[in-house]
Amino acid sequence: MSQVRTYTRPMAGWWRKNPYFVKYMIREASAPLFYAYALWLLAGLVALARGEAAYNTWRSASSHPLSILLHAVVVVFAIYHTWTWFRVLPKTTPDIDVQPRVLVAAGVAVAVVCCAALFAFAWWATR
Amino acid sequence: MTESVRTIAIECLRYNPETDEAPHYQTYDVPFTDDMSVLEGLQYIKDELDGSLTFRWSCRMAICGSCGSMVNGVPQLSCHTFLRNYYPGKVRIEPLNHFPILRDLAIDQTDFVRNKLPAIKPYLIAKEDKTLAQGEFLQTPGEMHKYYHYSECINCLLCYAACPQYGLNPEFAGPAAIALMHRYNADSRDAGRAERMQLGNSDEGVWGCTLVGYCSEVCPKGVDPAHAINQNKVASTVDYFLRFLTPHGGK
Repeated sequence: MSQVRTYTRPMAGWWRKNPYFVKYMIREASAPLFYAYALWLLAGLVALARGEAAYNTWRSASSHPLSILLHAVVVVFAIYHTWTWFRVLPKTTPDIDVQPRVLVAAGVAVAVVCCAALFAFAWWATR
Repeated sequence: MTESVRTIAIECLRYNPETDEAPHYQTYDVPFTDDMSVLEGLQYIKDELDGSLTFRWSCRMAICGSCGSMVNGVPQLSCHTFLRNYYPGKVRIEPLNHFPILRDLAIDQTDFVRNKLPAIKPYLIAKEDKTLAQGEFLQTPGEMHKYYHYSECINCLLCYAACPQYGLNPEFAGPAAIALMHRYNADSRDAGRAERMQLGNSDEGVWGCTLVGYCSEVCPKGVDPAHAINQNKVASTVDYFLRFLTPHGGK
């Protein structure tokens, strides 16, 4: 059989062509922010291990406007990740007879309750 | 009932492998009524305006899976979407994304039909064969329920057109093939899981998926390939770690 000539379209810019893919790419591309945030927390832990002076330096660095900006951005994307990951939760569970939207709602509810509990504890511990 | 006839612009991607270096677009003004599908719009063009326009179709009722195309950038069965939904805007029809274009709206499905589908062994592999005299392999309704909706795939390839991972890496087995793999693995009469998961557990199998999830959004039959793939990631992970914990590597 003779080879038929075909045309294959390039993939360049694929994610900009569909809002669904844009949302997906925001999710994927913002993931390194959490890596950076985890490193920041790790630095805090190391500072704590080194003693009071190091820890106080880390704390004052944490209250620098740039650090506060990083924290604000991370919070926004953390909320976005929480929402998008619970939205795909029904795709990862075994086949169970529970409506996907019930699973999503349950996941989001657990996340909200955990956050509220954590905030309450932090407020109680630091007041 | 009086039907009002309106006119909509249908922009088709055109590609003739004998004369064209690259595809271009051609617009046709098509009169339509409220009950006309996008496929019927294409058929009007072919019958009345331009007999050279090439596209595939067969059943006109979302069963055969032949008429998949990109309708305004979204993978759709063209028989399953209506011109009225796009009016007064125009409709842009392109061949399914991520597949080589043979001519106009017709894609080359060879990779799926010849490579992807056979690789996942889409048939029952029984533990031991039975003769006719020994009777059939029985199954309860509950056992059938476990795989039934995965068996409703019509191979229309909309999910491949929705999957950027397949577009970026054509080695990826892709949504429909893995959904079908899961369909047979989940069948109580089947014993071929270990054979299929050689591919299923690989980078070209479930791990080629990054859970974009669009495949399940566009599936016209509610097969939910993203679910089939991602629950197998859990199974694949368990399978991987069990080999360290069980005697003889879980064999």
